Amino acid sequence: MKIGRRCFLSFVIGGAAGTALTPLPWKLTDDLSIWSQNWPWTPVPEKGERSYSDTVCTLCRGGCGISVRKVDRRAVKIEGVKGHPVNDGGVCILGLSGLQLLYGPNRIKTPLKRKGKRGQGRWEAISWEDALAEIAEKLKGIREENKAHTVGCILGKRYGVTAALFERWMKAYGSANLMVEPSVEDSLEMALEAMHGVKASVGFDMENANYILSFGSGFIEGWGSPVRAFKANSIWKDNGVKTIQVEPRLSNTAAKADQWVPVKAGTESALAMGMAHVIIKESLYNPAFVDNYTSGFHGWKQRVLKDYTPEKIAEITGLDASVIKKLAREFAGASHPLAICGRGQGDTPVALNEAMAVHALNALVGNINQPGGVWAVPKPSYSDWPEVELDEIAETGLQRERIDGAGSAKFPMAASLLNRFAAAVAADGEALQALFISGANPVYSLQGAKVFQAALDKIPLVVSFSSYMDETAMQADLILPNHVYLERYEDVPVTAGLTAPMIGLARPVVWPLYDTRHTGDVIISLAREIGGPVAAAFSWDSFEACLEETLDDKWEVLNEQGFWTDTGFEPPAWKDAFETASGKFEFGSEAMDLSPGYSALTAEGDRGTYPLVLIPYDSMRLANGYISDPPFVVKTVEETVLLGKSVLIEINPKTAKEFGLAEGKSAKLTTPQGEARVKVHLYEGIMPGVIALPRGLGHTAKDRFMAGKGVNFNELIGPVEDASSGLDVAWGIRANLAKA
Amino acid sequence: MSKPDDQPTDIKTKRPEGPIILFFLVGFAASLVLGWGIFPKLLYSQKQQPVEFSHALHNLETDGCESCHYFREDGTFAGIPKLERCMECHEEPMGESDAEAKFIEEYVYPQREVPWLVYSRQPPCVYFPHAAHVISAKMDCATCHGGIGESDHLKVYEENRITGYSRDIWGKNMIGLKKNTADRMKMDDCSECHVREHVHQGSVQTGKGGCFVCHK
Repeated sequence: MKIGRRCFLSFVIGGAAGTALTPLPWKLTDDLSIWSQNWPWTPVPEKGERSYSDTVCTLCRGGCGISVRKVDRRAVKIEGVKGHPVNDGGVCILGLSGLQLLYGPNRIKTPLKRKGKRGQGRWEAISWEDALAEIAEKLKGIREENKAHTVGCILGKRYGVTAALFERWMKAYGSANLMVEPSVEDSLEMALEAMHGVKASVGFDMENANYILSFGSGFIEGWGSPVRAFKANSIWKDNGVKTIQVEPRLSNTAAKADQWVPVKAGTESALAMGMAHVIIKESLYNPAFVDNYTSGFHGWKQRVLKDYTPEKIAEITGLDASVIKKLAREFAGASHPLAICGRGQGDTPVALNEAMAVHALNALVGNINQPGGVWAVPKPSYSDWPEVELDEIAETGLQRERIDGAGSAKFPMAASLLNRFAAAVAADGEALQALFISGANPVYSLQGAKVFQAALDKIPLVVSFSSYMDETAMQADLILPNHVYLERYEDVPVTAGLTAPMIGLARPVVWPLYDTRHTGDVIISLAREIGGPVAAAFSWDSFEACLEETLDDKWEVLNEQGFWTDTGFEPPAWKDAFETASGKFEFGSEAMDLSPGYSALTAEGDRGTYPLVLIPYDSMRLANGYISDPPFVVKTVEETVLLGKSVLIEINPKTAKEFGLAEGKSAKLTTPQGEARVKVHLYEGIMPGVIALPRGLGHTAKDRFMAGKGVNFNELIGPVEDASSGLDVAWGIRANLAKA
Repeated sequence: MSKPDDQPTDIKTKRPEGPIILFFLVGFAASLVLGWGIFPKLLYSQKQQPVEFSHALHNLETDGCESCHYFREDGTFAGIPKLERCMECHEEPMGESDAEAKFIEEYVYPQREVPWLVYSRQPPCVYFPHAAHVISAKMDCATCHGGIGESDHLKVYEENRITGYSRDIWGKNMIGLKKNTADRMKMDDCSECHVREHVHQGSVQTGKGGCFVCHK
């Protein structure tokens, strides 16, 4: 039998006819349509029981109450808690995107030990037991050699039980070298200590003020407790409160203010002193306060009248003398005027005399501890822990001077001077044998980041407690990852300008996703491993037990409503408010040789090589500390800030013309500290001769959404030390911008 | 005169017709075997549930379906219970069966959710409110879910290799025939009942059948 073409066709036709009479084509069509409507990569909302868990956001200093919407055990949305004393239902863009920090790709999932060279990013996973044993053995060795003081510790937050556990650990071990990332709160609290004689937080009664004079504070850029500041800003707009923004760049806050006062960069406090001059000269100050409750006014007055005439200040600031006079008269004429300082988000301190100068303005108009004024707010109290029993090694270690010089005769008021760390370690290669870093990313976020990283190279053992693979964790030898904020308990004392003592309680809203541990628990375990007097200082079984015991009578209310606040808090009246030697508000503390004033803090670099001045600016859309932008927030950064992978540098069109630069063109930016490639953005809102870069870009570590975009401003600037406080008060650096 | 045109006619008449029809029949029969016999076997994979479970036993020991498949306070339906619900009774082993021991060891102690294979799982684009059917329309669970509540064992889960859903949605019968309402759970089966029972035929979304009532 011959099988030909026709036979084949016949077979196919028979097959087709038969197939049509089977379920195959009809069922396949249906299945394929279901399959194509349900691609596995299409996100589908979780199904399950819906619930809300309240906690506190710890992504910045703000301390907002947040409510996390969950479906079964998965967190799906973050909202603000209505009625919360800080944010009353509001939430910022970073807080809203916090889930990406929980579920995102940048988490460290297990303890890690470095395999390759530092910064190479080659790690091996090790068990918690092995990691702790390894660290404890090294620390025991250091202690036995009587070098306890060579163990250092850097924290992101100064207050709270975890910080206190670190402090206690360091004390029992025998080292005073505990440092904290700086902020403008350091300067404000020092000013308060110098002028009020009290150690307290500085509170601003923003909601009740009716004239706002801001020396660069970005109320809608994330200053203080951001959501509270947004709301205060809205209240001012609703009530027609006049707001004045003093800064060299037209920030969002300046754009929304009633008046933008562009002063030359770094001369904000000169304007404050010029205004003080006018207020004193024209007797516009509040005599009820100044005559009865202040000390040193007379001497200070003479200096102000002599040194800070409006004409002189006009020359320094670049303003017109008449503007200075007008501002002074308006400020003194308002019933509840409020002067605030701290540039941008307030992440960098200001010079002590600048903080004092601004505070002196508030004092002149008598709005100290008054509605709409500046309040000294005591830190929330915790129950005391038993005194640490020190052995001989610890005693010897604690007698050694701190490597950063804080608390020394030169800087008696400073508690921590992280800016001096790098130089100290560079000068003495043996200064530190081991370093803990928790909740901080100084290799990225400290001004002089490169120098800091070089200092880390000299320390044989660097231990990071970071939850994320950030720039600092990359330089560590061992990483002991903490739970992220939505997975753990944490007390959050809020000090960012609130007008009442407050503690928030962060509570776990989801189970820990990975093999991470609470840093508080790790510190307790580490003390146990070391044994002896260090172990004896820690009687608690766990961090949670310690937290409950420490919060004592506040524990119940904290668990119930998520925060504790002294609702009836009223600042003391003038007669009881001051604990200085004179018992009065101090305009000039002769004992400490301090008074409100202006001293020119020149930006680093010479004018010839670096004709421009580079300043940083902050944005709500760019987180710039230990926490960096999650992917959602990166997407919101404007194309005038970040274009593709290039950062845009703001320059006045006039200056750009002088330098032959045009919009969108590439340029090479050089400063005495480093250089970078940038793109040019012409902006009328920046003073000629000044250029600006945003903070929060230029990550090298972190995930693919954040890394490799723009440049890190902190690598282009170095610290500038304030002579009286020791704090880093660099507000900018000289720079050059050339076609590339 | 020769007729060249005649030649092909001659050849054509000589060609045997048998094999052509035969091939047609072979193709026809083969496709029927493929479509009815082999295709269903290829389309579905057979999977066992992670843990053996008797609905009949649980029905006896509890107050019926809603003891485990309950409505939450907000009116949403809990569906397959989470481990937490099981642990209300099974925190420690109850009885000595192997299945119980496995359940306790592998899921309860390590606090792992049981990855149950759900026979009635619909694609996420299907919105089905249990409350509207069970509470408002007072329908029995068995109307759609059949006799699963009285079963002693969990049957083999046949997973459609293309869609990933259970065979129970299309129904056991390959051409979609059914004897009981519970035999199939496709859209036609929903609408059949909706038409029969004169359920609202209008909707705010379209004024007609209302796609978006069920397809969110």
